[in-house]
Amino acid sequence: MRGPTPSQTVGPFFRFGLAWLAGRDLVAEGHPGLLRLHGVVRDGEGDPVTDAVVEIWQADPAGKFPPRSPSGWRGFGRCLTGPDGGYSFATAKPGRVDGMQAPHIDISLFARGLLQRLVTRVYFPDEGPANSSDPVLTSLPDPSRAETLVGVPDGLGLRFDMCLQGPGETVFFAW
Amino acid sequence: MASPDPPYDEPAYRSSALRAPRRPLVPLPGGPTEASGPVFGEDEVEPGDADLTCHHEGEPLGQRINVSGRLLDGDGRAVAGQLVEIWQANAAGRYAHEVDQHPAPLDPNFTGAGRCLTGPDGSYRFVTIKPGAYPWRNHPNAWRPAHIHFSVFGRAFTERLVTQMYFPGDPLLAHDPIYLSVRDEQARERLVSSFDWQTTEEEWALGYRFDVVLGGHLATPVEGLR
Ligand SMILES: [Fe+3]
Repeated sequence: MRGPTPSQTVGPFFRFGLAWLAGRDLVAEGHPGLLRLHGVVRDGEGDPVTDAVVEIWQADPAGKFPPRSPSGWRGFGRCLTGPDGGYSFATAKPGRVDGMQAPHIDISLFARGLLQRLVTRVYFPDEGPANSSDPVLTSLPDPSRAETLVGVPDGLGLRFDMCLQGPGETVFFAW
Repeated sequence: MASPDPPYDEPAYRSSALRAPRRPLVPLPGGPTEASGPVFGEDEVEPGDADLTCHHEGEPLGQRINVSGRLLDGDGRAVAGQLVEIWQANAAGRYAHEVDQHPAPLDPNFTGAGRCLTGPDGSYRFVTIKPGAYPWRNHPNAWRPAHIHFSVFGRAFTERLVTQMYFPGDPLLAHDPIYLSVRDEQARERLVSSFDWQTTEEEWALGYRFDVVLGGHLATPVEGLR
């Protein structure tokens, strides 16, 4: 009986293999309701992680995924972090995907040093009531870490930094 | 079944020291987001994208190989129409990447990246050259065994996988902290391709076979999403 293929690190030299699918925005510049989701990935010493792949997967504003979402909605984005550890996506705020969960964006993070991807979620600060009944946010073993899953509005859009280790370590999920 | 995946924190793999999370992972109950995944169309992948030897004026140096296999789910069913991306070093063990400082020659006829969609039976096939081993600075005299990086999308967010394919009989496997990070020996051996006469072509190319079996704890995507 054959089992699942184990994960291995993406390594440091993925750029030329994965870049072709990076940098495609989920919505066009000028799209009404454009959400600029951006942030920085930092390691345990607070240094920027300059060789990470950030992928997002999310519902459309009505809470639908392809192929049920309107045509053209990909729901997927990939960004390779830059010399400052930064990433950025032009997207739109997702709607609720079921009756329980608050709007959220799933993130996969790959990098040298990570033998498996890391999985986390971005939640929205303007969704107070939905967030306070979200089954994921409300069942964290350490409730004080919930704030690491909520983006922070800034001049550009919504900022979501990811801390791989240390004080302020982002909540990462097992799936 | 226990997870076959390596731990995040792997002291023998130096780069994990500052990057592996220290806090325990929190179980994520699967919802509609985790049960669905991106869809890639035929229009996004050119047929030539699966032949890594045909993108330059001349033929790359090295041993030409056919790398083929199937993308399967945990129940052994074909996963059709999904994106497979690969990247690798050239025959001398050098990546066409600005950060790779290994003083082995670049090959002007080889970049080392390819992609394709799996067929209706989950099959994929690449033409490439056998990558060389390369040194890295993880520990004294550290050499990565020859490998091809694979990135696959399943039908669900939970099935997303990035892994590496190795070659049978490589003596460096026994010394590679990344390969050995997979603790379960049987799981580890699933990272090693097998030599394949069926795809070996007379006076042209050797064949290697590598099936990718997706885990992801939502083994069966929610009905109706696809
Ligand atoms: Fe490599």
